[in-house]
Amino acid sequence: MYETEAIAPHPIQPPAGGYRSAGVTIVRREDFSDVTYLLELDHPMMARAARPGQFVIVMSQEGGERIPLTIADFDRDRGTITLVIQAVGKTTRQMQQDCQAGTRLISVTGPMGEPSHIADVGKVVCVGGGLGVAPVYPQARAFKQAGAYVIGVIGFRDRSLVFWDDKFRAVCDEFIVCSNDGSVGLRGLVTDGLKQVIAAHPDIAEVVAIGPPVMMKACAETTRPHGIRTTVSLNPVMVDGTGMCGGCRVKLNDGMKFACVDGPDFDGHQVDFDDLINRLHRFAQQEKLAVEKWTEDCRARL
Amino acid sequence: MARKTIRTIPQQRTPIPVQEPAERVHNFDEVARGYSEDNALLESERCLMCPQPACVPACPVHIDIPGFIAKIVGRDYRGAYDTIADANLLPAICGRVCPQEDQCEGVCPVGETLEPVAIGRLERWVGDLAIREGWSNRPWVQPNGFRIGIVGSGPAGIACAADLAKAGCDVTIYEAFHKPGGVLRYGIPDFRLPESVISAEIANLERLGVKIECNTLVGRLFTIEQMIDEMGFHAVFIGTGAGTPRFMDIPGEFLNGVVSANELLTRCNLMQAGDFPAHDTPLGLGRRVAVIGSGNTAMDAMRVSLRLGAEKVYCIYRRTLEESPARREELEHAEEEGVEFHWLSAPVEILDDGHGNVRGMRCIRMELGEPDSSGRRRPVPVAGSDFEFEADTVVYAIGTSANPIIGQTSKIRLNKWGFIDTDDRMATSLAGVYAGGDIVTGGATVILAMGAGRTAARSMKEYLGIRESECLYEDLREDPDKGLFGFPRQERNFVRIRTL
Repeated sequence: MYETEAIAPHPIQPPAGGYRSAGVTIVRREDFSDVTYLLELDHPMMARAARPGQFVIVMSQEGGERIPLTIADFDRDRGTITLVIQAVGKTTRQMQQDCQAGTRLISVTGPMGEPSHIADVGKVVCVGGGLGVAPVYPQARAFKQAGAYVIGVIGFRDRSLVFWDDKFRAVCDEFIVCSNDGSVGLRGLVTDGLKQVIAAHPDIAEVVAIGPPVMMKACAETTRPHGIRTTVSLNPVMVDGTGMCGGCRVKLNDGMKFACVDGPDFDGHQVDFDDLINRLHRFAQQEKLAVEKWTEDCRARL
Repeated sequence: MARKTIRTIPQQRTPIPVQEPAERVHNFDEVARGYSEDNALLESERCLMCPQPACVPACPVHIDIPGFIAKIVGRDYRGAYDTIADANLLPAICGRVCPQEDQCEGVCPVGETLEPVAIGRLERWVGDLAIREGWSNRPWVQPNGFRIGIVGSGPAGIACAADLAKAGCDVTIYEAFHKPGGVLRYGIPDFRLPESVISAEIANLERLGVKIECNTLVGRLFTIEQMIDEMGFHAVFIGTGAGTPRFMDIPGEFLNGVVSANELLTRCNLMQAGDFPAHDTPLGLGRRVAVIGSGNTAMDAMRVSLRLGAEKVYCIYRRTLEESPARREELEHAEEEGVEFHWLSAPVEILDDGHGNVRGMRCIRMELGEPDSSGRRRPVPVAGSDFEFEADTVVYAIGTSANPIIGQTSKIRLNKWGFIDTDDRMATSLAGVYAGGDIVTGGATVILAMGAGRTAARSMKEYLGIRESECLYEDLREDPDKGLFGFPRQERNFVRIRTL
């Protein structure tokens, strides 16, 4: 009743095939300042799938936290995605210390979120403040490729923090750099640059603003009287990034939305930024504690 | 052996040893410690071995219940495991988390006069024994050349993957989190389902040849259509599970300190936030926790809060104990551990401390009116009965909506609530694409999701033209040195599966 010839057993996969050992290799690192650094990750599949406006969730090590980071660039030919990270909390500081070309991040998941709506809309202003300069770049490039007239406005605290101005110049029809202290470009905030642009161009179709919440709020308030459509990219506290935990809920005029699946892009005139800022402080105490403990651990190891 | 009757069997249901409430609220060890061999032998004697058992059709995965219990009676524990594993890959999990009182045990004829046979506890005992002994029924299957993609490694995906792998398919599961298991991993706390049990059961799945790819968000990294058109999958099963948590649209829901049960449980179970700062994920749980809702998820959230040091945990539910959807056992455990239940209370407002944090809650008393469409009596607010109490964390456990990602990224047809539309064979509107579990039905139970996964697997086999496979067991224990299919003894951990 049994077949007697030897049938090979189904090949057995190495334990846990993909997930325990897999990780994503860092192929390049670049430091823009003593707090801002760039990581280019080898992930051909994600490079193919990524579109401007999307983000990833990164876990740098076992026992680490899952942090959302906007995709700052992707290169389909090289098969890489680029993240620009500011060392502000425990995880991002530790990554600044540990991540080098050739090392691995244990988990990078994405691209997540709805891609930005890119079209030949006419004149579009891409505003980036501080770290927001990185994620607004692929949008500027995509708008340019779609045939739009792209005006770039990027702002930094001072000259030492400037990065990617050359990349912007290459894709923008007009380009303004702002700095708080006037050490480079226009003296003032990005909103000053934005006001200048609005005064010079009465026919702006859309403003895309990415940066710290206070900056996006100021941009939305700048464009509101002119009735210019303003898109902002929100980065609230997240855990899974797949629309399951609800930690990233944001308050809009027309109700509750989830940044990870409904966003991260929203209409800046609808967003309740004060609520967003409050919710970003949700773990302020724990963040402080984690940084202190980590700093101490580092010192103890010296 | 004379046929057993209700008078000849042990009259008392064998109690399961449990950790005392005062002790267990300080640890994450299991509440119910599980049967000993003696307990299991005694309890197995209570099964009447009905010729036409009611319990088998009542089981969503149709385990041969009298069959495995008979093997326990005969002290053939490996045989008991084989019998269960034939229908259910995850006995140690299902024995713990299935609502047996509504399924097999609910229809057990012993239960008409006495307490029903403790089928779930027996199943768990067999499952735990299999893990301890390292038994696994590694099938010996001929690959049939079909490639199957499964989206989500929760109970629906696992059940579907196991059936298709046993039929000879090359199965790959994609999981968005960094660890497999879905709700078993992120949702169900350790004191109900220990991490080690999940890992053991998933290792069994991998032994079947199933590949698991984590950190993969299907829909965004690649679409369902791409899986079929470009990646070479002959059929796809979608089991992506729960979606966005529901809130109530009352004032104060955006305050810091308001979380969904999914978020609280994910932080604690998957990310080990209880260990902060040794683990990086913070929890931010207050001293007084109010949980809205009274389902199984609410019970989990409350009991996790107690274990993480909350001094007071309140359950706020607008109906009464009678209507509570949680399992009786969970309700009892929660009450023993010190949860304060506030029945017939509905939240009206979450109060702000002036700095954007929760300081308390205002609720209104309800009374029960006429039955509504669900057959439960509709709660009606009592005018002027508002009351306030202090709390610093408010947890929403009132269900979930559909996860939008697959719908956003595919042409698959959704129903009006946004869940995936399937027929009763779990087929979606896309050829070769099947779906099951919470993404089809909305929030349900682990075993219902597993049942849906198995139904889908049957449909997928039909779609692909794979004929039903037959499991052939060879009893090795009678003659340990007898060769099985020419394999040396140490490699004989096989069930033979032959495609007819």
